[in-house]
Amino acid sequence: MPDKTVEKKVEALPGDTVSTAAVVVTDAGPAPEKARSLWSDAWHDLRRNPLFLVSGLLIVFLLVMALWPGLFTSASPRDADLAKHYLGKPNWGHVFAADWFGYDVQGRSIYARIVYGARASISVGVGVTVAVTVIGTLIGMIAGYFGGWTDTLLSRMTDVFLGIPFLLGALVVLNSFDDRTVLVVIMALAFLGWTQIARVARGAVITIKQSDYVVAAKALGASTSRILLRHILPNALAPIIVVATIALGGYIAAEATLSFLGVGLGDSAVSWGGDVARGREQLRIAPHTLIIPSVMVSITVLSFLMFGDAVRNALDPKLR
Amino acid sequence: MGRYVARRLLQMIPVFIGSTLIIFCMMYALPGDPVRAMMGDQAYDPTVVASIKKDLGLDQPLLQQYVNYMVGLAQGDFGTQVASKQPIADIIAGAFPVTLRLTLFAFTFVTLVGIGLGVVAGLRPDTLRDRGLLTLTLVLVSMPSFVLGFLMQYLFAFKWQVTTPTVTDTTDFGQLALPAMVLASLSLAYVARLTRTSIAENLRADYIRTAVAKGLPRRRVIGVHLMRNSLIPVVTFLGIEIGSLMTGAIVTEGIFNVRGVGFEVYEALTRREGATVVGIASLLVLIYLATSLIVDLLYAVLDPRIRYA
Amino acid sequence: MTIIDETAESPAPDGSGDTGRPLLEVRDLHVEFHTRDGVAKAVNGVNYSVAAGETLAVLGESGSGKSVTAQAIMGILDMPPGRIPKGEILFRGQDMLKMSAEERRRIRGSKIAMIFQDALSSLNPVLSVGYQLSEMFRVHQGMSKKDAKAKAIELMDRVKIPAAAARVNDYPHQFSGGMRQRIMIAMALALEPDLIIADEPTTALDVTVQAQVMDLLAELQREYNMGLILITHDLGVVADVADKIAVMYAGRIVERAPVHELYKRPAHPYTKGLLDSIPRLDQKGQELYAIKGLPPNLTRIPSGCAFNPRCPQAQDICRTDIPPLHPVTERDGGELTGRGSACHFWKETIHG
Repeated sequence: MPDKTVEKKVEALPGDTVSTAAVVVTDAGPAPEKARSLWSDAWHDLRRNPLFLVSGLLIVFLLVMALWPGLFTSASPRDADLAKHYLGKPNWGHVFAADWFGYDVQGRSIYARIVYGARASISVGVGVTVAVTVIGTLIGMIAGYFGGWTDTLLSRMTDVFLGIPFLLGALVVLNSFDDRTVLVVIMALAFLGWTQIARVARGAVITIKQSDYVVAAKALGASTSRILLRHILPNALAPIIVVATIALGGYIAAEATLSFLGVGLGDSAVSWGGDVARGREQLRIAPHTLIIPSVMVSITVLSFLMFGDAVRNALDPKLR
Repeated sequence: MGRYVARRLLQMIPVFIGSTLIIFCMMYALPGDPVRAMMGDQAYDPTVVASIKKDLGLDQPLLQQYVNYMVGLAQGDFGTQVASKQPIADIIAGAFPVTLRLTLFAFTFVTLVGIGLGVVAGLRPDTLRDRGLLTLTLVLVSMPSFVLGFLMQYLFAFKWQVTTPTVTDTTDFGQLALPAMVLASLSLAYVARLTRTSIAENLRADYIRTAVAKGLPRRRVIGVHLMRNSLIPVVTFLGIEIGSLMTGAIVTEGIFNVRGVGFEVYEALTRREGATVVGIASLLVLIYLATSLIVDLLYAVLDPRIRYA
Repeated sequence: MTIIDETAESPAPDGSGDTGRPLLEVRDLHVEFHTRDGVAKAVNGVNYSVAAGETLAVLGESGSGKSVTAQAIMGILDMPPGRIPKGEILFRGQDMLKMSAEERRRIRGSKIAMIFQDALSSLNPVLSVGYQLSEMFRVHQGMSKKDAKAKAIELMDRVKIPAAAARVNDYPHQFSGGMRQRIMIAMALALEPDLIIADEPTTALDVTVQAQVMDLLAELQREYNMGLILITHDLGVVADVADKIAVMYAGRIVERAPVHELYKRPAHPYTKGLLDSIPRLDQKGQELYAIKGLPPNLTRIPSGCAFNPRCPQAQDICRTDIPPLHPVTERDGGELTGRGSACHFWKETIHG
């Protein structure tokens, strides 16, 4: 019974506005007279930001392409016709046709390979981001909230992983696998990449831990798990989301780079990075085999970066 | 200060051991075998393989191998390559200066161009100039270095024939310019963005308003009051970036065929020469730890509010 | 010939001898800010003046435009988003809004100086206080580093910072709040300006320290015969040091009066409300008065008198007509110098 009153009181505390107001984001937007919260204010900003709209649209487009590549092309990315199509030049007029972007050294449709390659890039990017966010937030929150030797231990561990050069580490791990599936690549990158989010989460939690509403919740006898989930996590989420969105673009670039170095997804997989690596041999005679997948990688990374940038600007009141 | 440095150095030891141990385990505990890689596709005799392994100490438990390796490393013995029988120390000594030159060249680019662009954008936040430069940096960040590398190689070497497509002489700074620019691009974009944000933020600080109210000329307000404060986070970031530039060199060296550390790592990896990879990785970890200590000390020098005891 | 003309026209070198002409005069000043929520009209026709040796207190809630007016005088408004569509700011008879940026810069710090509210954020955290003080002499007077440092120590002595010579190389964060505010004062005082604008100089300080800092400021003002514009929301601070008061509300001056007149007989309902909301010993046990409502949103200032939604005496005319600043007189029409009230019902307020 006393527990009930405690909860009511705690919810009315000022710091909680962020968590409760998060619901507003899905709403149509704030009423003009209402004081805007962090999230609804951010949404208000984002809807008017052309960068956000353009990048959001591109991301939706890429996601659809990754999920249903058949919608975009009837050609197969693996059908090779050396005799007819060896290094065929792009036909810019033939929009959405198999020969739109020309053919590669095996006589395969580059357009089809672009469409089917989206799945590898996007799933690695999203997969790694989800994994590092979960691992990083968990470790960061535990370290930041409990402090003391727990923090020392976890922070040292973070330092250890931070000390491993990311690209070199990924090269070493992936090099030892013969069958590099999407899951293997995700696990390898997540294993090395969670430190950034952990640091951000730890910093945010340490700041929030000292704020009055958390102290008040503690004084009112709220349990540790309740404080962490209801009070700290919602308020620490903004910086974590920002770092994660921006990092997503980086992971897509990392996957492509590793494919380029020959340790990305296996040769049988259709991936942009792999196509760039194979196109390398023809850089002089048929630059399009290299340039088109390169541009695709860049556009995808750029979309996620712009998206993350817009979200960061909207969520960081200091930048206003 | 002295006590702080001593404490930090002590703290670095477990971090160094941890990082290198993880790299070591990744190299040796995961599938793949240097001796079999050396033999290639040839039919091989398992007893021969076993005896070579025994010679190299590869049959011992992993942790024992690691301890042996570290003891050797502490005495400056990086081990010997399985295939070429060359001492790894010699390989590193040959490749390291090349990568160092490339890195420092790139670092100069990052510092000069990155800070320059950031200042230009940050002084007039939210103008067309600022937006344009921000977009440019976003484009740079979104181009993985192999994409940019090939693009530059295609344009400068093949299309316009201004430079050679690959680096034949690593002491020729003219030849190194293109790879250095490619290597620098990512960090350069980050530094520009960080400088821009820092400048734009400090521009609105109360003490800048005070400096204006004191009647200081604009160049003094910017040069002394704004810069001094805004560049503190940039300097910190720059220090850490030296380490990432050196690893980033793996890709750049691959594209431009520069025979540096990255090139050797790549070679060693395909031949599963664990000792070479771990040796170079240990060196990179050491550089990372050293630069982060220097950066922290520099931070205390630049910002009087930070005091280490 | 030209020499004679110039001496005839140029203002007296020292404002103290010239009582007819004020040191600083603000005429019909307007300032607006263009924000994403619309145009915020922060200052809407402010008039006030300060003579040498005189202290003008500008009183008002936050958002009343008192600080913005001060920033406009100093020339440190952020433009954009700020804009001055109308008005004049005369310093010794010359309109500063028409001066070149370089001319204004020369006046800043040397002729008109400003003390800010939060000394911790207003001092540069990474430069020593000695550097920041000596910078005034080095920039404006071209003094050598060594001489300027000596002057800085002298200044710190002036504002009664103990062990000035030993602390000159310390950084702002190493001083207490009161000491930091003294450094701000020292910096404003450095070149013995004609006018000092103090924007809530004691708000961030402990009550005991507040009095010390205020006393110091008053003492130095007397000594140098400076004009002082004291911006505050604290009626208590004003009473002891100010000569005259201007009360601001929503970017306008709603009442002005010599300091003791205002306390005795306010002529505007807003001033009256402010005075009634000060706790008094003789009203022990009674409920404290509070002005109901909130300050207006500057992008949507109410029509007519801006105070009308909160005013207990509001009539229909208050919602339609903007009251001008009426001269306030005695009941019999006897003159009350320096008094004015922007209320349609000032007579009822002061005499009723």
